[in-house]
Amino acid sequence: MAFAILFDSTKCVGCRSCESACAEKWKNPYDDKIAAEERLSAHKLTTVVTKGDKFTRKLCMHCLEPACVSACPVGALQKTAAGPVIYEAEKCMGCRYCMTACAYGAPTYEWNARAPKVRKCNMCIERQTAGKPTACTEACPNEATVCGEREAMIALAKKRLAETPDAYYQKIYGLDEAGGTSVLMLSSVPFEQIGLPANLPKEGLPDFTWRALELIPNIVSVGTVLLGGVYWITHRRQEVVKAEGRLS
Amino acid sequence: MNTLRTYRFTFWRAVFGALLLAGAYATYLRFMYGLGAVTNLNDQFPWGIWIGFDILCGVGLAAGGFTLVATVHIFNIEKYKPVLRPAVLTAFLGYLLVIFALMFDLGRPDRIWHPLIMWNPRSVMFEVGWCVTLYTTVLFLEFTPAVFEKLRWHAPLRWFRMISVPLMIAGVILSTLHQSSLGSLFLLVPHKLDKLWYSSFLPLFFFISAIAVGMAMTIFESWHSSKAFGRQLEGPLLASLASVLAVVQSTYVAMRLADLQHRHAWSLLAESRIETWLFLLELGLITLPLALLFQARVRKNPRALYWAALMVIFGFITNRLNISVTGIERASGVSYVPKWTEVAVTLAIIGIGFGLFRLAAKHLPIFEEPDVHGEKVTPAKLRALRVA
Repeated sequence: MAFAILFDSTKCVGCRSCESACAEKWKNPYDDKIAAEERLSAHKLTTVVTKGDKFTRKLCMHCLEPACVSACPVGALQKTAAGPVIYEAEKCMGCRYCMTACAYGAPTYEWNARAPKVRKCNMCIERQTAGKPTACTEACPNEATVCGEREAMIALAKKRLAETPDAYYQKIYGLDEAGGTSVLMLSSVPFEQIGLPANLPKEGLPDFTWRALELIPNIVSVGTVLLGGVYWITHRRQEVVKAEGRLS
Repeated sequence: MNTLRTYRFTFWRAVFGALLLAGAYATYLRFMYGLGAVTNLNDQFPWGIWIGFDILCGVGLAAGGFTLVATVHIFNIEKYKPVLRPAVLTAFLGYLLVIFALMFDLGRPDRIWHPLIMWNPRSVMFEVGWCVTLYTTVLFLEFTPAVFEKLRWHAPLRWFRMISVPLMIAGVILSTLHQSSLGSLFLLVPHKLDKLWYSSFLPLFFFISAIAVGMAMTIFESWHSSKAFGRQLEGPLLASLASVLAVVQSTYVAMRLADLQHRHAWSLLAESRIETWLFLLELGLITLPLALLFQARVRKNPRALYWAALMVIFGFITNRLNISVTGIERASGVSYVPKWTEVAVTLAIIGIGFGLFRLAAKHLPIFEEPDVHGEKVTPAKLRALRVA
């Protein structure tokens, strides 16, 4: 069981039903002004972005190997077995390393609050585990956003790419970007043209820091022995000099 | 002469007062109205100079503590003993100020203790948090003997002597870990940090440059202490510290250049971008002092040596700001210039640092050298030794 969302920008008509459904679910304010903002913020956890005559969506991509989860010093961010990356505000101390780490700019911050929290999409984990689709999926009139098992979503994406090959740029975004994501995307143009980063490694981002972190036990053990040894030798030398001085 | 002194004193006192006032007002705004009101940070650019300067530079500039503890006590190179106390003091004050500065940047400073309870061993930030906490404790324990000596409490001094060796080793290991880990923080953003700076050797570069800047800071402080109290480190000692600095800094520069070569990144310098110029500025500031430090004439001239040390320090600061601010800006798609309140808090913290160091150097046995390990040397005995 691993949920995923498939967003097909070729089917998106920019009606913003997903935005308002999302705002309603989180009890965030929503009006024409907020609709026009077109960027993620603490009060807008998903947004439609107009790219010329095309529309795309921004939201947390729910990476399979999330950089934010590995970044968080207090484990406030977790990748659930069900797929969504969730956030526990009670733990968060507000270091904002998750925001620096994220390749998609998904975590946002309550910059003007006295006790601020990070805000991000949780892929409606409470709805999905109750067997319901995400709020954005339910609101989408055009099947541009659909959700379900990740394998099923990949199969659906492949089917769409095969059935109308001319309508699509032949690639599923999120299959292996930085280790893969639980939000998959389709587009008629290369993905950087709809604002997705094209420079991500295939490897999960946490691997990059882990290669340094995993050296720590070695540094501690070898370092302690080495420093202890150097201390012993240099001070022993001094003692020997002293003792010999006394003898002669 | 006397009037000149008074003037200098009141001038700096006025600067200090102004910095504190501005800082206090910015602090009020920060805690009343939140980060958004006092910083130019936003969702696209979540870290500014409070992380880039206060934390990344602060921790590095305080690195003299662990390198000199290792040199004097572990490698037993006794001639550097007079440098030890000022270096440990800088380190201790530095770390306290870093933690103080962090309280401004954290969204929830009341939860600064969370990483001690809520673990995520896969997080570099978690490791940095633990190391900084533990190392500040170590520095506290390494520094307290100076206070006890002042108070003439001999019993606790014996206790400190007992635990000092494991403590020092722990301090060196902890420093090695978190100085390098501050570089590891940026390993997570290969997609954001400009190719001029992103390298898998970032942790190593952070570590080596911290060692170099720690020594440069010691030279810097000795100069200022001599200006303020006429107390300073002896010329030959400073000169020898400078030659070690020259070796460490040239290793650092060589590694940076080899890394550029290895990553085939030289061609990036052909592009006329703001990043190129800042990179060249950094490269100049870390390379130029070498030309000075390798000359015996410079090492023996306190003023020239001071300028060389200052260049090492500014090169270091440029590097940290390039990696945490300018090198990230392009990928974030926004341009960040710190708000006056961010600058005010940072300057006030620097001011507090100078003030505290001054107080401690004036009232505690810092630039005279009684020691935890060997015999207790009183200033009188020291003078006698010098005469002899």
